[in-house]
Amino acid sequence: MTQVIHIEGVTKRYDSAARALGPLTLTVEQGEALAVTGPSGSGKSTLLNLVAGLDKPTEGSVTVAGQRIDQLNEHALARFRREKIGMIFQFFNLLDDLNVVENIVLPAQLTGISRRQAAARAGELMEMLGISKHARAYPSRLSGGERQRVAVARALVNRPALLLADEPTGALDTASGHNVRDLLLDLHHNGQTILLVTHDLELAETCASRAIHLVDGHIALDARTEAL
Amino acid sequence: MSAVGRVTRSAVARRRVQTIVIVLTTMVAVTSAVVAGSLMVAASSPFDRSFTAQHGAHLTAQFDPAKASAEQVKETGQLAGVTASAGPFPSIVIQPVDERGGHPPALTLVGRSNPRSEVDELDLKSGRWAEKRGEIVLSAAFAGPPFEIGSILESSDGADSQALTVVGFAVSATDSADAWTTPEQVTSLTSDGNPITSQMLYRFDSAETKKQIATISRTLRAAVPFEALLGTESWLDARRAANQNAAPTIPFLIAFGLIGIVMSVIIISSVISGSVGTHLRRIGILKAIGFTPGEVVRAYITQALIPASIGITLGVVLGNLLALPLLHDTESVYGTASLSVAWWVDVMVAGGALLIVGIAALIPALRAGKLRTVDAISIGRAPRPGQSQWAHRALARLPLPRSVSYGLATGFAHPIRALAMLLAVVFGTLTATFSLGLTASLNAVGEAQDPEDRAAVTVFAGAPNTNPSASDIAKVRAAIEAEPGTASYYGKTQAQISVLGSASPMRAELYQGDVSAGSYEMIAGHWIEDVGQVVVASGFLNKTGMKIGDSVRVMYAGETQTLRIVGEAFDTSDGGTRIHAHIDNFATAKPAVYLVTLKSGISGTEYAEKLTRVLQPLGGAAMASSPSQQERMILILDAMAASLTLMLVAVAALGVLNSVVLDTRERIHDLGVCKAIGMPPRHIISLVLASVTGIGILGGLIGVPLGYALHGFVLPVMGRAADTNLPPSILDVYTPVQLVLLGLAGLVIAMLGAMLPASWAAKTRAATALRTE
Repeated sequence: MTQVIHIEGVTKRYDSAARALGPLTLTVEQGEALAVTGPSGSGKSTLLNLVAGLDKPTEGSVTVAGQRIDQLNEHALARFRREKIGMIFQFFNLLDDLNVVENIVLPAQLTGISRRQAAARAGELMEMLGISKHARAYPSRLSGGERQRVAVARALVNRPALLLADEPTGALDTASGHNVRDLLLDLHHNGQTILLVTHDLELAETCASRAIHLVDGHIALDARTEAL
Repeated sequence: MSAVGRVTRSAVARRRVQTIVIVLTTMVAVTSAVVAGSLMVAASSPFDRSFTAQHGAHLTAQFDPAKASAEQVKETGQLAGVTASAGPFPSIVIQPVDERGGHPPALTLVGRSNPRSEVDELDLKSGRWAEKRGEIVLSAAFAGPPFEIGSILESSDGADSQALTVVGFAVSATDSADAWTTPEQVTSLTSDGNPITSQMLYRFDSAETKKQIATISRTLRAAVPFEALLGTESWLDARRAANQNAAPTIPFLIAFGLIGIVMSVIIISSVISGSVGTHLRRIGILKAIGFTPGEVVRAYITQALIPASIGITLGVVLGNLLALPLLHDTESVYGTASLSVAWWVDVMVAGGALLIVGIAALIPALRAGKLRTVDAISIGRAPRPGQSQWAHRALARLPLPRSVSYGLATGFAHPIRALAMLLAVVFGTLTATFSLGLTASLNAVGEAQDPEDRAAVTVFAGAPNTNPSASDIAKVRAAIEAEPGTASYYGKTQAQISVLGSASPMRAELYQGDVSAGSYEMIAGHWIEDVGQVVVASGFLNKTGMKIGDSVRVMYAGETQTLRIVGEAFDTSDGGTRIHAHIDNFATAKPAVYLVTLKSGISGTEYAEKLTRVLQPLGGAAMASSPSQQERMILILDAMAASLTLMLVAVAALGVLNSVVLDTRERIHDLGVCKAIGMPPRHIISLVLASVTGIGILGGLIGVPLGYALHGFVLPVMGRAADTNLPPSILDVYTPVQLVLLGLAGLVIAMLGAMLPASWAAKTRAATALRTE
């Protein structure tokens, strides 16, 4: 099996405060869906930020999709993110001055693929996610669930090696939350590697094949979800 | 379209309010900079620019055609050192009569077949050139009642008078004539008592000093038959006279121009950096999906440059349109050639504005580009916790409606943005304060500069170029006293004098009768009250090193008198070296004019016409005073000050509007919460307005003293540039009430800027606001 994430002896401190994370070692295989759970302040978001290359570890190494990212500069990290990572945020983080299709194709355009190819890929994703009728709508006109689907489409447009989801149902109503859950499950069944950060144990159980539970920056539990 | 292009385009197109604010801000700022810059250029050495543009004559010479033939005169154009010449043109002096029977001053009329010339090209300001007999083009200085295109002048009041129709107005750089017509017309006006002379105009390779001009005159005199050269006029005298007229106003124009440009720079920087600084969350998202720092910087600079470029283009066009009428007025006052906005002013202002926008956007964009992505997202989402909590706690204790105290505290949530707003308000009030003071000072300068303007009627004691006898002068005085409309009058003459210890000759104004009516604004000491006293200007004291109380020996027409300096007057004429004394100090001095103040309700024109009929047998004449060029200049400057101030205050309000729009957009979720818990729309308006109230008051409290101090600093600097001290009437122009009202202007600017976003916030539905990210 190919390792998509390999974290070795990572710690993270903010300023001079106590450790927010680690020391921590973790590996995620290709096609695996890993749920990261834990109480507030346990280090879930810190771990996600380190894997996404949004933050750098104080110690240790982070390798994602075969590339050690903790030593990359900002420019290289940006290139890494656009090519290897797709991200879904709790509060969607769509650009509200771009319409749905423009939001989705934006990361594709960054990689330099043609407009036609980007549009075709966006159309495919919108079809798959059931948001084609909103292609020209702006995010402010959409419901929370629809916005999160747009965010998922944007995250998948470059066929990322790794999909990162930070509390993807946290801002959604129950029905929308279930839709997003089903979507993630489908993606996992189709072989997408996923790192899912959530408070929601039910979501973790349903969508992930494996879960780790963080407490005070350490892995307190690492198990297959069937075993939970 | 690239990803950067798409992000840029959507930001410009979708964020309409911000785009419009940037367009309007840059447009108004560039408009005011173009207007200010153009006026600065126009005010900078107006005579020299006009002289160069019109190939002005270094020397204007009059020859007697009876003693030197046209060929002999023309050959003087071949003398060594002459680089160009024009003429000879026939010239004659006429005593015209206007359509109402009035007697304007004598006119030097020159015959030229067209206005174009290698030397002294005439700038036709309106109408057309005189093409046939019976047509005349007047100097533009005469434009206005009673002379308009189509007016008819009689060449004299004699039986052989000829009618001359005014067909145009033109300007000569050196005032080589008062009017022009065809050469044939001039010839036809000649008579035994009024012979023709030949006017010749020259340019030389070296004519920068009086000495060089004197040498040239001697060479000319030697080149023609004995006594053929009747006289010469140097361009240096014309320049001195022109600069003397313009000098007091030029520093004011420059001050207005500078403040316009400085304000534009500050407001553009503030608006642009504010708009970039408030997009941190968006920048965070862009970075999260893979934008490199360089791409983020590029996107945000382009995003600022697109609306700014539109604003700059519109501003340049509008600036040119607004500057043209002001320049037209300026040229008519300075008597210069046609002025237009210099192309390089447009280029420099546009280029400078683009550069400022670029730099203003680059600094926050670089900062945003370097910011950690997670921080950008979290900082952009909401104010940092704790940043305004202390303000909320403190202000909640005040006995104010909760919406007001809450709004007041929100002003502290974004210190950088609050600072940008504060800067806009400070500079708005500073401009208003400085501009009001400058305008008031300028008006005071106008009132102080020329006491002759206070007289309603000027009476000439004799015909031009004559020396009336003492008995004739006594008759003139008697005639003035006999007029029932006379309230008071005084006599005056200008004289060339020498002051012991000073190498160069000076000019004196000598007064007779009620001398107090001729008093200038005093800087120190008092106006002349009796013989034996002299009042001098600041330049005189600076030049001679004397002070009030010292005695000075003055020589006039062979007489020497010792006079005591009793006062320092505000008088910038003759480089501030002119002196003022009683005419009775010198036995041979006689008044040339009488300045008459009329009783209330008496018409100056009717009085002058009536008195002229009495004085005509003596050769005297009376003229009602018309608004002086100085007054016209002040009116123009007042208008310019008002328009520039309005524009700059509008720019300041736009700066506030921009910041409040950004702030309200960010806080819309909080406002939705306020609505959801029952806050009515008018409280939302109060809340948003209250958020800028503190800034408005503080801005006024800072801006007004700064504007006051700037006025106090700039005015004496201007005075020193013109080699004069300034009297209190020019320096102390603010009243306490004005200062309080100006202080409130800060609040008004802030409220004006906040009103639109406040009503927008009040109208937004709570559900929409709560759903907003």
